Amino acid sequence: MWGMSVIVKKITQLMCALIFVYGIYIITHGHLTPGGGFAGGALVAGAFILLILANGSEYVRLKKQEEGSSMMESAALIAALVLASSGLIAGSMVFFNNFLPAGIPGQLASGGVIPFFNIFIGIKVAAALLTIFLALVIYREDISK
Amino acid sequence: MELMLAVILGFMIIAAIYAIHAKDLLSAIIAQGFVGYGLVICFLLLRAPDIALVQIVVETITLIFMVAVVLDSTRKELDVQVDRKQYRIAGLSVLFMLVLLFYFNRIIAPLDGFGEHSMRMAEAYAEGAGQTGAINLVAGVLWDFRGYDTLGEAVVLFAAAIGVVTIFRLTGKN
Amino acid sequence: MTLFIMCFLLFLTGIYGVLTRRNLIKVVISLTIMEFSLFLMLAMIGYISGGEAPILAGTIIPAAPVVDPLPQAMVLTAIVIALATNAMLLTIAIRLYKKYGTFDIREINELKG
Repeated sequence: MWGMSVIVKKITQLMCALIFVYGIYIITHGHLTPGGGFAGGALVAGAFILLILANGSEYVRLKKQEEGSSMMESAALIAALVLASSGLIAGSMVFFNNFLPAGIPGQLASGGVIPFFNIFIGIKVAAALLTIFLALVIYREDISK
Repeated sequence: MELMLAVILGFMIIAAIYAIHAKDLLSAIIAQGFVGYGLVICFLLLRAPDIALVQIVVETITLIFMVAVVLDSTRKELDVQVDRKQYRIAGLSVLFMLVLLFYFNRIIAPLDGFGEHSMRMAEAYAEGAGQTGAINLVAGVLWDFRGYDTLGEAVVLFAAAIGVVTIFRLTGKN
Repeated sequence: MTLFIMCFLLFLTGIYGVLTRRNLIKVVISLTIMEFSLFLMLAMIGYISGGEAPILAGTIIPAAPVVDPLPQAMVLTAIVIALATNAMLLTIAIRLYKKYGTFDIREINELKG
């Protein structure tokens, strides 16, 4: 896959950081504003996809990236499972128990375990979408050889 | 409000019919994108900002995937040869659709009308904001009241990603 | 009720595409349209006329009625699953194209050894 012109590359490199930060904001404020792990994770994955589309596939080392994102996805899923089952140990014997204090509704540090679940599922969705896209790009590179 | 929703839905149906009958695959994909972005406006009118945000991002990524697949291969829709078998298939499907429409009409009779949804569970969820502490009620439902469903969704996404990587690599080792 | 019927007409359009088209990409597009109509149907069932978005502002018990958050949460998970299944279907389609050189279902049936 070939990259685009210099103007597109430069603008994309500047814009991707903004999109990435916006995705992180959507993830961490998921319990206060519209959004959450799914929307924010898709935005973060979109930032990476835009970078690869504009700069061509030589910009990143594809195989290594794919291994890393696949590992990240598995790790995030295991972290969410551990957090869900730690409700069994803390307090009552309920899976998905919200054992942390609820806090004052409307502040950033509120909602018990919900923000942590949002962060883990955000990492998971971003890594999954990036893995799918990288697999497609690697396949295209292989058949064009 | 209902009129606006009906107009947008009408445009979405027209775009869907065009997407199915288009001669060029790329224009079919663009028409499908029209349906998806019309859905975003419907969600905003239905007071659902969460799913509107998710849908607008997911639709963009889906369009990127589809355009990448189509640009890689042929863009042409297959040449349509009108034969008797095709007419028979179309007639049978229209009959099937009419039967489905009849049963759908009977199924939605006991439902509440549009905009008159009874608040049996929703009040419990709205009061549950005091228990979970999350003022976004959708996040509270996702990760506290119905956490099992969301966990199952995460596992399905994981399985799909593993499946895509596996299918693309079938001949990679040879 | 008219809106429910129109939403089901969108679903029927997708079914018609799945039953009559022979191109694999067209079949994927039709399945996507069916998924869209399902999302819209669920979101419509939870709507309350004059209701607010399910995000409270400071107070715990809202003054105005909020729309039902449960169908919205279900749709939120369903959209991401739809993206994953779409990627899976496109992957299978592109592999079939590599093997047979066509998206036509009939030719794939004939060439199958």
